Amino acid sequence: MANDNDRKRRPGDRPDARRRRVLGGLGALGATSLLSGCDWTQSQAVQNFLGHTEKLTQAAQRLVASREALAPEYDKSQIAPTFRPNGSINPQTPAYQQLVDSNFADYRLDFHGLVDNPMSFSLAELKAMPSRTQITRHDCVEGWSCIGQWTGVVLGHLLDRVQPKANARYVVFHCADHLYGSPQPYYESLDMIEARHPQTILAYGLNGGDLPVANGAPLRLRAERQLGYKMAKYVMHIELVENFAHIQGGHGGYWEDRGYDWWAGI
Amino acid sequence: MAKDADSTPRSSTVIRRHSWFTRLWHWINALCLLVLLMSGLQIFNAHPALYWGHASTFNAPFLSIGARRDAAGDPMGYVNIEGMEIPTTGVLGWSRVGNQMQPRAFPVWATLPGPQWLSLGRQWHFTAAWVFGVMLAVYLIYSIISRRRRRLIGVHHGEMGTFGHAVVEHAKFRFPRVRDYNIIQKLTYLLVLFGLLPLMVLTGLTMSPTMDAGWPWLPVVFGGHQSARTIHFLCAFTLVGFFIVHLVLVLVSGVFNNMRAMITGGYRVDEPVAPPRDAEAEAAAAPQENRHGE
Repeated sequence: MANDNDRKRRPGDRPDARRRRVLGGLGALGATSLLSGCDWTQSQAVQNFLGHTEKLTQAAQRLVASREALAPEYDKSQIAPTFRPNGSINPQTPAYQQLVDSNFADYRLDFHGLVDNPMSFSLAELKAMPSRTQITRHDCVEGWSCIGQWTGVVLGHLLDRVQPKANARYVVFHCADHLYGSPQPYYESLDMIEARHPQTILAYGLNGGDLPVANGAPLRLRAERQLGYKMAKYVMHIELVENFAHIQGGHGGYWEDRGYDWWAGI
Repeated sequence: MAKDADSTPRSSTVIRRHSWFTRLWHWINALCLLVLLMSGLQIFNAHPALYWGHASTFNAPFLSIGARRDAAGDPMGYVNIEGMEIPTTGVLGWSRVGNQMQPRAFPVWATLPGPQWLSLGRQWHFTAAWVFGVMLAVYLIYSIISRRRRRLIGVHHGEMGTFGHAVVEHAKFRFPRVRDYNIIQKLTYLLVLFGLLPLMVLTGLTMSPTMDAGWPWLPVVFGGHQSARTIHFLCAFTLVGFFIVHLVLVLVSGVFNNMRAMITGGYRVDEPVAPPRDAEAEAAAAPQENRHGE
């Protein structure tokens, strides 16, 4: 049980071993003790029940935001001086270091899984494709936002090239980094609607320059209608799947395997 | 019960103040707001700083809660508002978690769940938000179309003139038991129902990147995503303030009568509900007492 709960927390967070103290005197705030100190608010049954809300939210947001609805774009003057790096800031594996040393000359982005044309692309090939540049706001699940200018290849264009099979429902991004020392690499997934959204790009440029290592070089995902944890950095290969039950924890992403919602539109 | 002794029993009667729907909404809403507040503080703890505008200005937040070392080298908690620092050790920024003090914006007893656990806090928040939002929409429509609600909380023509009188009555802690709310109650409930609560929903939605794509006017109306987050936070604590005043007034203005009104619906008022049999004779005897609420 303790292990199970630890998995659901943010790494680095310490579980609270003891009950909280009830605030004396303020009778009104004493009512909070009904909720804050009680283990039932954290039980697996409660987590399972609350988890159903995600589907409702996803369905409602899909009604409100059409497939083409664009995330707001901003003016050059609104770009943050430094785009705040978050999560992994350097994968530090020998294989990744080798790529950095050769300035990503040997990098190849592989497409595999449920595709008719399994293909792989060098960084130069990706940069030669039709690109999109957008100044967008990045919203972290923690609550902060940062504005940056991203340049990259539209994911929909790559999907047209590799030809997903009819039963392909999700695009899974496999990364080079092992966040917080995880034995398995970071990964994330989008459904076909978000993957084919016009602003969904694989970015190789930030603020007019090459994408820095701290922000996910050589290639990172931008899915502008989703929260930051969806936007995988250091993308190495992309897999099209019907479902993600067979991948790592089976919930479709590193944070999803640790209790966060797969639908990251809110 | 001193009030009952003051007035003659025959001149008071129990009316039905609140419909079953108002009572049901009130209690479900109270529970939702408690869950939303506590899970909201849990979410805030993940990044305990507020900003104005579209994005975060990390080195210059409008408000932040944190922990640092004081001049003596001991850890202390603080709230910083526009550069002005208030020490809050023990409650905000630096508080007890289990057996030891830890850096933590809002303390364990104020958050849902207690331990730092963002993903579960979000799930509590969004589940309660759905119940709260749907119930609020239905209740606001009901408040507009129901004659009972309109009479109880609606401000009628010329009623603003009673404002000064109502302030004096409140200052003297004199709360006559009458049918309709006084003007201060009406304005407060109207402001909360049609102002603060919808504002909570809208600023909350503005924090969703998908909503900002679907309804691009949202971040424009609130001056940016981070402004919406700040307004959401400030409105939440305005609601806490409303709740405290609400609770005190419920307690001092006849707690039994008030609680009954919100549980069974019955509320005792100091006036006869039906005209007396010999209406003309009664009216001649006590005409000056009959000015409220008819």
